[in-house]
Amino acid sequence: MSVDIYKINPEFRDIMPKDILDLEDNATWGAEKRGISDLTDKKELLEEHSLCAGCPEAAALRYILTAIPKPEDTIIVNSTGCTSLMFPHIALHTVHSLFGNQNAVASGIKRALTWRFPDKDKDVVVLAGDGATVDIGLDYTLQSFFRQEKITTICFDNEVYANTGGQESGSTPKGQVFKMAPKGKVFDKVPMWELAVTSGCQYSVKLTASAPKAVARVVREAIFIARELGPTYIHLYTPCILEIGLSASEGLWEMKEQDKDRFVSFKYVSPEAEEFLKQCKKEGRL
Amino acid sequence: MANLGPAYYAPYPVATYDGLLTPPEGKAMLLTDIVDEEVAMREVARVMLTSDNATIFPGPQVLYAWSEEAKKKATLIKEMSEVLNAKMIPMYDYRPKYPKIDPEVEINPNHPNLTIWHNNIKAAIFIGVHCHYANVALKIVRSETDCYTIGMCALSGHEDAMATIRDQHAEDLARFIEIAKEVKQELGK
Repeated sequence: MSVDIYKINPEFRDIMPKDILDLEDNATWGAEKRGISDLTDKKELLEEHSLCAGCPEAAALRYILTAIPKPEDTIIVNSTGCTSLMFPHIALHTVHSLFGNQNAVASGIKRALTWRFPDKDKDVVVLAGDGATVDIGLDYTLQSFFRQEKITTICFDNEVYANTGGQESGSTPKGQVFKMAPKGKVFDKVPMWELAVTSGCQYSVKLTASAPKAVARVVREAIFIARELGPTYIHLYTPCILEIGLSASEGLWEMKEQDKDRFVSFKYVSPEAEEFLKQCKKEGRL
Repeated sequence: MANLGPAYYAPYPVATYDGLLTPPEGKAMLLTDIVDEEVAMREVARVMLTSDNATIFPGPQVLYAWSEEAKKKATLIKEMSEVLNAKMIPMYDYRPKYPKIDPEVEINPNHPNLTIWHNNIKAAIFIGVHCHYANVALKIVRSETDCYTIGMCALSGHEDAMATIRDQHAEDLARFIEIAKEVKQELGK
């Protein structure tokens, strides 16, 4: 695979729609530096999606897509959930796994790519919701950390099974009431970011998607570390505004509130990863 | 809705249900018959030249310049469309489109019948479409439309197409173009 797969044969340019011509001409494939600033004037890798209006998850995914260092050499593995509604619309390779299997599937893809392209950096990024990561796929997720698979795992935590009507998940905070959890949750939120550290992740961060640049920086760091050292984990709060009774314009406000509460910043970087990040900064990769 | 296809609107719009399989190497298939490749090429050219709104649907494997073979094929497909007086509508990706596709400018494997109905296409060549999406699209077209579908395939062909010619690489496309020119002359088109 190379960036050539996005180049249109000149014989067909006259029959291709403008959207696709724009993607070839103005997307950031192959660019040395990509980032949040590209969102304003470059062709996006995700334009249309079928999530609810104002959904913070859609914004978070855009930040992540702008931060991926090499989109043409990246494969995203996702799982069932709200996010899986967006993946068919992303203009890069995505693989939809069975619910909860995402880290096992990603491990296989990464190993196959390493074997097939030993001289190339191929990034495998898991993007899944809290149901897939913390509940149904917890075993697969932690096992991939134990095995030191060189993949980045990003959990979109909306603290609920949102698109099935509002059931509590392991990530729901204690006492929270949802439509399908009327008695309120009786045990605490699973601290997945801490489990990631205990399970061997080189890098584990908890944050909200309230600050685009912070999200982009963390994603870039996580992918670089995963390439060289081992598993990395990002726990990202992207609230389901519908399930917690907010309007389309209140998602950002909710994330900013939680920056000071349940999602107060957590960052673990292993000593090796710390050294590696310093080196990346020196080389201008970050 | 357009007229129904040869398999009609059946719960089993698949050719294998009628006992059809892809042709063996060196052969092609016309409806239910296994024939020589040249016979199929002549028939395909005739159908394309005599059907209303004949169209070529190039897929991602030829639309994008990802290999030398793809670049060669692009030039040849362009020439083929000129020889066959055929329009070209691209199948540039397989993503589902919301709220719906624009059938004037694209064909999508998830609902290819929309493009065929809208443009009243009576014959079409699928070329450069990945196997699994070609299979999906051809089954839908077969059951939902009266379009004569032609699968020009670089691998083993598609039994769900009305005509399928297998192992079609750049040199084979060049040969097809020469045959199409002859047929065009014979038909006085």
